[in-house]
Amino acid sequence: MRELSLNVMDVAQNSVRADAHLVTVTVTESDKNDSLTISIADDGCGMTEEQVNQVIDPFFTTRTTRKVGLGVPLFKLSAEQTGGSFSIESEVGKGTCTTASYVKSHVDMTPLGDINSTISILIRCNPDIDFVFTHQTDIGSFTLDTRELREVLEGVPLDSPDVLEWIAQFLEENTQIIYGGAES
Amino acid sequence: MKSLAELKAIRDKARAEIDLRKENPNAARVLVGMATCGIAAGARPVLNAFVEEINKRGLTNDITVTQTGCIGICQYEPVVEVEIPGEEKVTYVKVAPEMVPKIVNDHLVNKNVVTEYTIGAMKSN
Repeated sequence: MRELSLNVMDVAQNSVRADAHLVTVTVTESDKNDSLTISIADDGCGMTEEQVNQVIDPFFTTRTTRKVGLGVPLFKLSAEQTGGSFSIESEVGKGTCTTASYVKSHVDMTPLGDINSTISILIRCNPDIDFVFTHQTDIGSFTLDTRELREVLEGVPLDSPDVLEWIAQFLEENTQIIYGGAES
Repeated sequence: MKSLAELKAIRDKARAEIDLRKENPNAARVLVGMATCGIAAGARPVLNAFVEEINKRGLTNDITVTQTGCIGICQYEPVVEVEIPGEEKVTYVKVAPEMVPKIVNDHLVNKNVVTEYTIGAMKSN
């Protein structure tokens, strides 16, 4: 994957397929600590310990359309190749949390890329699932919580064009601020 | 800054339009393959290009864009399926964002399949 944000989009699909109602994506980056951590947590069906061990194997997949499952292995590789770490915690009936930690300055670091586009697409394509996205830098942090939006929207779907536009701009404006750009 | 108050205004405006949307059983669907293979091959900019083109033409009530999984032809990703009610589903392969305006204009608006982008054309080469 050319961007970590693409890994996030890919691995978040697993949460969708696990019938999650809430998916929490958290990106914490710090130049001071030379680190970037991405976690994707869901309240989906979860996995047994045996399955957790299997998903890091590229030749394991629950799918029937093909014989390989590269989503999790690629995500794991992206973290480990920077000297970072990777973990999956899961419990049947409770959900799954996948965490990848990176050493930002490592030569094999993949850029985070357009994480906002990933979040926008996840919301657009799964309007019945709630997403909580938090992005933190040394300067500050912000959170987009679709449950709060839903409260305001009173039944108007999250995938209405104007709502999606609002979400895209909200993400863009806040990202500028936490990257130290000018407040518009 | 984007505020929740602004979202409230969007809600009130959208309420008036939602009924229209629900009553449109003829809405076409654009399905972009977004499994690992599709994403790695560049499906995200393709999906964004469809959304942009459809917004630009004011067709958001007539066409929905969504993602689908892997349909087993990973070597042809990014794969896009176009479903228009009453017509046969068309599968476009190796789609790039530059190809999207033509697919929207020719196929989704004017109902002429862009044959050269389809899987049939790719396989016969």
